[in-house]
Parts: sequence; C-alpha cells; structure tokens
Amino acid sequence: MTQEPLIRARGLVKKFGDFTAVDGIELEVAPGEAFGFLGPNGAGKSSTMRMIGCVSTPTAGELRILGMDPVKDGPKIRARLGVCPQLDNLDPDLTVFENLTTYARYFGIPRAEGRRRATELLEFVQLTEKAGSKVEPLSGGMKRRLTIARAMVNEPDLVLLDEPTTGLDPQARHLLWERLFRLKQGGTTLVLTTHYMDEAEQLCDRLVVMDGGKIVAEGSPRHLIDTYSTREVVELRFGDETPTAYVEKLAGIGDRLDPLPDRLLLYTSDGDSAISEVHRRGFAPSSVLVRRSTLEDVFLILTGRTLVD
Amino acid sequence: MISSYALSPTRVGAVINRNVGALRSGPSYWLVLFSGFFEPILYLFSIGVGVGALIGDLNVDGKTMSYAAFVAPAMLAVSAMTGALAETTFNFFFKFKYVKTFDAMLATPIRPMEIALGELTWAMLRGSLYTACFLVVMILMGLTTPIWALAAFPATMLVGLAFGSVGMALSTVIRGWQDFDLVFTGQFAMFLFSGTFSPVQNYPLGVEILIWITPLYHAVELVRGLSTGVLSISMLGNVAYLVVMAAVGLSIAGRRLAKVLTA
Ligand SMILES: Nc1ncnc2c1ncn2[C@@H]1O[C@H](COP(=O)(O)OP(=O)(O)OP(=O)(O)O)[C@@H](O)[C@H]1O
Ligand SMILES: [Mg+2]
Repeated sequence: MTQEPLIRARGLVKKFGDFTAVDGIELEVAPGEAFGFLGPNGAGKSSTMRMIGCVSTPTAGELRILGMDPVKDGPKIRARLGVCPQLDNLDPDLTVFENLTTYARYFGIPRAEGRRRATELLEFVQLTEKAGSKVEPLSGGMKRRLTIARAMVNEPDLVLLDEPTTGLDPQARHLLWERLFRLKQGGTTLVLTTHYMDEAEQLCDRLVVMDGGKIVAEGSPRHLIDTYSTREVVELRFGDETPTAYVEKLAGIGDRLDPLPDRLLLYTSDGDSAISEVHRRGFAPSSVLVRRSTLEDVFLILTGRTLVD
Repeated sequence: MISSYALSPTRVGAVINRNVGALRSGPSYWLVLFSGFFEPILYLFSIGVGVGALIGDLNVDGKTMSYAAFVAPAMLAVSAMTGALAETTFNFFFKFKYVKTFDAMLATPIRPMEIALGELTWAMLRGSLYTACFLVVMILMGLTTPIWALAAFPATMLVGLAFGSVGMALSTVIRGWQDFDLVFTGQFAMFLFSGTFSPVQNYPLGVEILIWITPLYHAVELVRGLSTGVLSISMLGNVAYLVVMAAVGLSIAGRRLAKVLTA
C-alpha cells in the first residue's frame, strides 16, 4: 500500500453496556479497494460499519477514516461517505424522487444539482418509473435500490453497504453488482457486509471473516479458500441415518468432516479417491457430489455456521 | 457526536426543508394542521363568547374588559403552545423512534443539534401559523388592534419556541406512547388553570404559586399584556422564563438525540 489507507482501525472496540459487540479489531482499507465483511448474525459487522460511518462512537481503540478522526471530524467525514444501512430508513412522507433531492440538501447540494443527480440515480437503479410514487408501496428490492441510490447522491469517495442485496431477487442482485462494479471502476472505495458468498467473491478484493466481535480470517477470496479449506469438497447424503452418525464411520477419510443437518461435507485434496474409500468401507451414499471449495466452506470451517441461517 | 465544527444554518435549513417536503406530500398533514388550529378558536367562541354572555364584563387589575377579550389572548398563547407541542411530541417522536428519519440524517454531515434546531424551528413555524390566523380572528372580532397584534406575534413565536423545545426534550426521554398521556394531562391542566378562563388571583395562594411555576401562565401573561396593550414590567420576567425554558429544552434535546442516535 503506497497511499494512506482510507480506513484504519487499531484495537477498535464497541460495547453496549457490558456486552462487547466489536472486540478489538485491526483493519486497513486502501483507496479504490472493495472490502467485505463476512460473519454470522451478531458477529459485529453492522456495529463496525456504524463506527466507520461515524454514527456510532467507538468505546475504545483508534479509528481513522479518510485520514480524519470520526469523533472530531464526523460531519466532514460523513460529507464524503455514502451509507446504505442494513435496515432501510427511507422517508415515508416523501416521494421516491424527493427522497433523493431532500437527502441531497442534507449535504448542502444546491436544489437544481440535487434534481439532476436524482434523475440520473433513478436511472442508474432503474426506478425512473417510480419517481413520483411514495416509498411505502415499493417492493423490498426497490426500496433497497432506492437506499443505494440515496447513498450515491453526494458522489462519495467511500461507500458503506450493509447487506446491500439482502431481499433482492437474482435479477436485481446482478443489476446491483454490475452497478457497484462500475462504481469501483470509477475509483470509489467500497466496504460491504454480506451473507452471500457469491457476492463476496464477485465484488470483494479482500475480505475479513468476523465472529463474536473478532476478525478470525483475512485475505482475498482465493487466499482464504487456499488457507482454510481444502481443494475439493465432497457432499454426501445418506438415506438412512443422520449425517452425524457417519462422522465416526468415515473418520480418517480426507482432512475434515462436517455434518450439516441434511448432508455430510468431506474436505479433501482429492475427491475421487475419497469417494472410493467411502465405498471401500462398505457405505453407499444416496447422493455424492464433488465440487471445488468455496468461501462458504471457509466460513463454515471458521465459524461453525452456515452463512444464511 | 461531538464535533468541533460550528452549527451550519444551511444544514438546519435542510432539516426544515424535509418537513416542507412532507407538507407537500399529501392531505394528511394538512388535516392535522387544520384541526390543531380550530381547537382554540372553538374555545374562544364557546367559552369566551358563549359563557362570556352570562358573565358580563370582567374587572382585572382595575381595568374593565369583556370576558371574550380576557379569554382570547389566553387562547392565542394556547394555540402557540399546542401547535409547537403537537409537532415536537407526536411527529418528532414518530420520526425519531419509528421511521428513523434522524438516523438517516445523521449519516450525512448533519449534526444532532442541527436536527434539534431544525425541528424546533419548524414547530415554532407551525405554532406561528396558528397564532397569525388567530390574531386575524381577534382583530376581526375587535379583541385587539392590528398594532398590538403585531406586538403580540413575536411573543407567540417565543411561546412556540419554549414549548416546542421542552416537548422535544420530553420526546427524547420518554419510553413510549403511553408516557405521552401524562404529557397531555399536564398540558390540559395548564390549559384550564393558567389564567386562561379566570384570573389566577381567584385561586387559593398555594394553587396560585403552583400556577406561577408552570410555563403556560407566563405565556398567557406575556401574550395578554401585548395583545391588549396593557404593559407591565413583570412581562420581562415572563420573557426570561420562556427564554430559559427554550434554552434548557433545546440543550437537553440536542444532547439526548446525540446520545441515543450514536449509541
Ligand atoms: N444498539 C445496540 N444495543 C445493544 N446491543 C446491540 C446494539 N446493536 C447491536 N447490538 C448487539 O451487538 C451484537 C452485534 O450486532 P451487529 O448488528 O453488529 O451484528 P451483525 O454482524 O451486523 O449481524 P447481522 O448479520 O445479523 O446483521 C449483537 O449481539 C447485537 O445484539
Ligand atoms: Mg448487521
């Protein structure tokens, strides 16, 4: 990294009463990077995002955003951030168009310029037809798109997206990925949280996996897979018994066995020979699937949980 | 969040602008506005004029006036109070706790105190809209003159500021809607006893002192003095009371907003 990082956290802590939601994390995000937070529910992703967004005061540790101190320079930093919170907080008293123009005013953007950007952004998220509608009748995915458009209204240097595509249909998600990719191409730094592995793999140059308020792994998607998972994963389903029952029976095959409610995951560098070994021991799974390791597997190995629970 | 940057009038304006947008958005807001305006007018007619006909003229501090002339300035002060309070209690609380309007604002350069100032200004404007209309009614009924109406108008703005800021402070500390019942009971008690329908000297001394402590009394005294053109030095005390009330309410509201929103 040659430039000063856009975000730098050292021993960052957030407590709510006695409860520690973020437990001393270290973080650096470089300009132009797309950075992702993965983690199960309650891991502390949103709490971290809110601190980065300068709307939540850190309990301890050091945090610098855009080279400034969030506590002292909050308004100045926020002027250059675009924030899409986990829960939509669009203004129900205003129309879709006014939601953008009113928000633009919060940044001190002149009215005419605000209207110009609103028109452009509605186009960008394909909501032009809904410009005059109130927010309430919009579908969940449309609201999400409007929230993201709203986050762009100040042409931010750093965009924070907390689960941007949760609740979107596949088409809307792909549209959004494409839009976010274009932003990134334009030099905007993206920080996002997600429960979708494909999203993380598609969008993020670098990821951290959070669990229990701590960062448990960090790296590029490829690096994480190489480091924490095996090359291949065999998914075994058995008709008769629960997957747990087979953990002992198949012990020693592959590097690791993970029973899920409906299937058993067998981590190995060589899927085919693992399957032969299963058959040799006299077991006949009702279905067998060999696939490459994904981030999903990394996540499972690191947190013991599936991503979408 | 604490910040070294000064409050910005542009950002306060943007907060007000949001409410102007909401006003444009549809009939529901107008309906609320409208009904709030009519309440004090109805009291003026039913009690001031109606009951006034039974009572006849009143002698207050050695001056004779019609009962309607006595009640009208009180209702004027009351409309400033209800206008501002309605805005900073119900509407403010709804935006604060339910639709998260202020959370959205806080993700921008806007600061909690700027939200408080913008909302308070808006509340005061609403109260002033009521009092301006009410003053026109009073002029038409011969209960004040245009000159004294002009003198009374800024006083009603101050009343709106004072009640608005205390209402806002309450909205940032209460737990839920049920607590508003308490606020409204208090508001109604003040409405009945603050020298609105009878001079406070009619009550036992203990009650009189109690009334003297509560804010609507000072609002009524100030507004009545100005709209009837009977000035007294004690009105400076009324002004001071309301200014302090506005300042304390605003500072509590700003601080609480910052604390809750940046948790
Ligand atoms: N304002 C708050 N007051 C008290 N506890 C809180 C508050 N906000 C978050 N928490 C707690 O902090 C922990 C982390 O929450 P956070 O919202 O950061 O998780 P998350 O990783 O975003 O989870 P999710 O995937 O469900 O969005 C949770 O246990 C949550 O209950
Ligand atoms: Mg979250």
